[in-house]
Amino acid sequence: MSMQKQLRRSVVIAKKDVWIYYSKGPVIVFGLLFPLFLLLAFTIGRNVTIDELFPGLMGMAVFFTSTAVGPAILPWEARSRTLERLVCLPVAVWAILFGDVFASFAFGLAISIVPLIVSVAMGVEVEHLLVLGVGMVLAAFCFATLSILLSAYPPTDVPATVMMLSSMVRFPLVFISGIFVPVEGLPDWARAVSSISPLTYFTDLARYSTTGESFYSIHIDLAVLALYATLFLLVSVRLHERYLPERLS
Amino acid sequence: MTAVDQISFEVGEGEIFGFLGPNGAGKSTTVRMLTGTLRPDKGTALIMGHEIAKETLEVKEMIGVVPEVSNAYTEISAWKNLMLVGELYGLPRKERVARAESLLDEFGLYDRRDGLVRGFSKGMKQRLILCMALINDPPLLFLDEPSSGLDVESKRLIEGVIREKSGGGTTVFLTTHDIEEANQLCDRVAIINRGSMAAIDRPEALKRKISGLNYLDVSFDGATDPRALAKFCDAKEAMKMGDKIRLWADDVDEAIYCISAFASSEGLKIVSLNTLSPSLEDIFVELTKRRE
Repeated sequence: MSMQKQLRRSVVIAKKDVWIYYSKGPVIVFGLLFPLFLLLAFTIGRNVTIDELFPGLMGMAVFFTSTAVGPAILPWEARSRTLERLVCLPVAVWAILFGDVFASFAFGLAISIVPLIVSVAMGVEVEHLLVLGVGMVLAAFCFATLSILLSAYPPTDVPATVMMLSSMVRFPLVFISGIFVPVEGLPDWARAVSSISPLTYFTDLARYSTTGESFYSIHIDLAVLALYATLFLLVSVRLHERYLPERLS
Repeated sequence: MTAVDQISFEVGEGEIFGFLGPNGAGKSTTVRMLTGTLRPDKGTALIMGHEIAKETLEVKEMIGVVPEVSNAYTEISAWKNLMLVGELYGLPRKERVARAESLLDEFGLYDRRDGLVRGFSKGMKQRLILCMALINDPPLLFLDEPSSGLDVESKRLIEGVIREKSGGGTTVFLTTHDIEEANQLCDRVAIINRGSMAAIDRPEALKRKISGLNYLDVSFDGATDPRALAKFCDAKEAMKMGDKIRLWADDVDEAIYCISAFASSEGLKIVSLNTLSPSLEDIFVELTKRRE
């Protein structure tokens, strides 16, 4: 069966995810409220300008929103007994997952435009809008694939378990990715740890878009995000295919 | 643990093929392998000439499936559920709208098409799931316990649709706990137990397979101990069934004479006497008992 056909069906899956999962409680809580309160906790009572906040703000916005929807979709489908119905249809597992990635990506990108607009309205000058735009698209996609990977194991049908486990990955990543302290300000050992996080590279791009300066080159930032996206997607497909029977039982 | 062990069978085009077995026998595992949900460790399955393990998506385009435990999306309407499934089968919009309208009408759901599935009864949900399995007008239907736990009206509606589809040339692979349903609906029945095939034949032929399962129901005009009757007639077994005694016998003719003699010896009158051949349920119990 042609890839084009399967990709069309991925779009249908994404449409279904938008109808059903965008307004679910955990998506709102983990995708919007948590990062908002985290940002408030970082800024209230501190003398931080919007320009200094901007890279971290955009980093958190894209990261949390793009990883909010994905982890919960398959556990929810397993619990509500719609997953087996879906798997009986002529849609490959990778196409189902790609649909879920697309839904997460769309959510992340759409919501992240809000803090961008607000920041610009508050006086942030985005000198390299194209770089930021491409970075946001690539980062939202990369983090959406990460969100699907986070739901691969354990093959639980309890969405709360997955959201909890994914938070154990997401929150540490925020603290090591140059969100609160720029990478150049970190000690050597912390910089090494920071370099394994995909969020570091988007935060770097966001910083470049307003200051013209970045720790890594733009090409490295974009290439690493693309590489991580590919890796997360491939590993997700393998793991989900392997553990699907367990998830259905 | 082996869930299904070396089973082999063929199903003819247009046939209603029943798959019977107790809980944990391997029915749903077999259906999942045949529909491409699970990959078998060994062996092959050809669905309309296509090997399910190698041409999974191609086969799935040609089949409709009602899994044993499955649901429609309760957060959206019946109509949206059907449109979604129709799109995933690759049906053009005009065709899926026409098929959805026709199916919802046929299953008595047309007036509720815009209602959220969350508000549907169990019977309505199952009818909707059957609509979803039929949206692509498949030549082959897999129905895994489609009427389990449903009200009589929904059950009869589903059975009627199965007969109608089969009459139109659709092949139906039906797993069921309801032996009477299998007896009434199926052209052939396979009995599976503990992952292995116990028997496969037409229901009436299966009933004749096991000897010694003929029984007689007799009612006397006075109280009678079934054990006394069994001893008198040297019968395999006798059991009280309400106001009747059921007697199992190899030779029905001899048993009738014996019952008459018993009645005379005890000063009883025979109120009613019926001879019955084994039901499919009897065959099922006998075959699954033998394998334990």
